[in-house]
Amino acid sequence: MATQQTTTQNLTLVQAVRDGLYTEMSRDSDVLVLGEDVGKNGGVFRATEGLYDEFGPDRVIDTPLAESGIVGTAIGMAAYGLKPVPEIQFMGFIYPAFDQIVSHAARLRTRSRGRFTCPLVVRAPYGGGIRAPEHHSESKEAFFAHEPGLKVVIPSTPHDTKGLLISAIRDPDPVVFLEPKLIYRAFRGDVPEDDYTVPIGEAAVRREGTDISVFTWGAMTRPTLEAAENLAEAGVDCEVVDLRTMSPLDRETIVESFKKTGRAAVVHEAPKTGGLGGEIASIIQEEALLYQEAPVERIAGFDTPFPLYALEDYYLPSVARVEEGIRNAVEF
Amino acid sequence: MTGARDLLTGGAEEPVRILDADGTVVAPDVVPELDDETLRSMYRDMRFCRRFDERAISLQRQGRIGTYSSLAGQEGSQIGSTYALDDEDLISYQYREHGAVVARGFPWEYLLYWAGHERGNEALADLNVLPLNITIGDHLPHVVGAAWAAKLEGDDRVAVAHFGDGATSEGDFHEAMNFAGVFDVPAVFVCNNNGWAISTPAERQTASETFAQKAVAYGFEGVRVDGMDPLATYAVVRAAREKARNPGDGQRRPTLVEAVQYRFGAHTTADDPSAYRDEAEVERWKAKDPIARFESFLRDTGRLDDERVDEIEDEIEATLSRAVERVENYEANPDEMFEHVFAEMTDGLREQRDSFRRLYGEYGDAIRRGDE
Ligand SMILES: Cc1ncc(C[n+]2csc(CCOP(=O)(O)OP(=O)(O)O)c2C)c(N)n1
Repeated sequence: MATQQTTTQNLTLVQAVRDGLYTEMSRDSDVLVLGEDVGKNGGVFRATEGLYDEFGPDRVIDTPLAESGIVGTAIGMAAYGLKPVPEIQFMGFIYPAFDQIVSHAARLRTRSRGRFTCPLVVRAPYGGGIRAPEHHSESKEAFFAHEPGLKVVIPSTPHDTKGLLISAIRDPDPVVFLEPKLIYRAFRGDVPEDDYTVPIGEAAVRREGTDISVFTWGAMTRPTLEAAENLAEAGVDCEVVDLRTMSPLDRETIVESFKKTGRAAVVHEAPKTGGLGGEIASIIQEEALLYQEAPVERIAGFDTPFPLYALEDYYLPSVARVEEGIRNAVEF
Repeated sequence: MTGARDLLTGGAEEPVRILDADGTVVAPDVVPELDDETLRSMYRDMRFCRRFDERAISLQRQGRIGTYSSLAGQEGSQIGSTYALDDEDLISYQYREHGAVVARGFPWEYLLYWAGHERGNEALADLNVLPLNITIGDHLPHVVGAAWAAKLEGDDRVAVAHFGDGATSEGDFHEAMNFAGVFDVPAVFVCNNNGWAISTPAERQTASETFAQKAVAYGFEGVRVDGMDPLATYAVVRAAREKARNPGDGQRRPTLVEAVQYRFGAHTTADDPSAYRDEAEVERWKAKDPIARFESFLRDTGRLDDERVDEIEDEIEATLSRAVERVENYEANPDEMFEHVFAEMTDGLREQRDSFRRLYGEYGDAIRRGDE
């Protein structure tokens, strides 16, 4: 964080996205935004509001309805030397672009032995809980974290959102930037007006504790912290770690926290099987087996398609389910 | 005289039209032969769609159903094209084209879907309608596959896809069209060009002059029709269906129909069109309202009067009120989440369900996510 931070604004998470884009586009004329309804309409969540008027139609581009086209052309622009920030309207619509992301964005550097690079940021709102239609609620960060050559970032506060987005845009490699839309407007936080970065690959300890380490990210951070406070009253002292970057994971912080507590739980909205909870449990096994006092508890979405909204609140981990899971690990 | 089949070869530029905006017949030689009862039934279904729309939007505003996409303005294309099919023909539509469901009998469960329950999709299977499609363009290859299967099985059915102008930009649209041409399948593609894909105008989707002409590249016919004219849409889709089953010499079975129309309302209840379009444009299109136009035609030809209109109106209200009531009384069991993932539940999933049941038994609704 080299720059001085003079003024701060009180922004929601989605406003911080917009502010991050605005800040970086003002600083670097190579940065441009493209996607469906991002221009005149300012994005369906207003994440690009006003940018069209500010930077014009060549830098804030309304595209035809085609995700493979959006990401594929962004890859060409990035290879050419621009820094495109394609928006996918909802994560559930990223799959037409999946091939472009995993077969090309993630591999261009490797395949050309570093002669071509792909510095782009694919932004997409993700996650459940907003009574949205089908395909609007999934959390499939693990698909992308599984892909070598991609970085995957998920902020949970307005401050981190701007700082991480700027880091992502400046990053020399492709970043999938997933925005927890459940908390797009749920609360406000202080966000410096200037440009600043929050480093990719570093977790944040949101609550220090000694009895158990609870790892989480995105919209699950808040119910996890609430569960931790409730449990504190019952004498269980949780450490809550917001991972912020899903790839590369901050192994050091994970292991350090676990060595202190000897117990762990992971909270994520994504289905349990193949979710990143398994990866975190493995890191713990590999690096801190002898400290382990209980199985790592996974509090996650179920292995079912994400239900339509009438049942989504049963599907998503709730404060009660998080507490129950933490208690299981603590009482083991 | 223009034969019905010639409707498909009449060139792409001027949309086929039978009824003028004021309900006057402008192409008497292609008026489809439909009995009075069927015509009134089409009218009833179009009105039903409009009323369903109004009710759904107001239910959404009151928080009683979820995000809803309005059909207003597009009833003519929907009802005309679906009446042109046989009941056995398979339909797969996007998410706006409720008319496909209304024309096939509107099971009350359809509203249940919009209230957030998968069970609402169940009844559609009996109507040969696949669950609606939100991921744009994805269903077009399915329709081609179903049509192809019908051909392989020697069945007399066709498969029909509804989709928007925006959908033609997705790769799946092009792959579907290409397969349809190569394998010469009995499919009808109904592109509901309503001018907009959320905030993106049709001119931003394509540099082609029309959407219909894209068919040329795939080796079959494309035709533009006035999508706010139910009779024209009926006639064109009927002709496309006939050709799909029984192509003439040198003809390929598939047809791309571009139904030119307009979305009167917002994209969905979550959208505010004032950010991107001009109210004057909306008003211009409202003057072509498909329902008013069709009503004038039916009244002018002595098929409809005030009394019948009132009857129809009462019947629609009653049907909708019953549907709303049943939806409001519906209580989902959260267990439903775990059902139908596979034909047979896996051990792992059963374990998850059982542990969920235990917690639900212990905590009741306190296990739900709250607004933390
Ligand atoms: C693959 C995919 N990308 C993006 C979206 C988000 N989205 C929903 S509707 C829509 C516009 C669709 O326009 P069009 O196909 O013309 O149909 P219309 O809504 O006008 O009926 C978009 C971009 C989606 N549902 N699926």
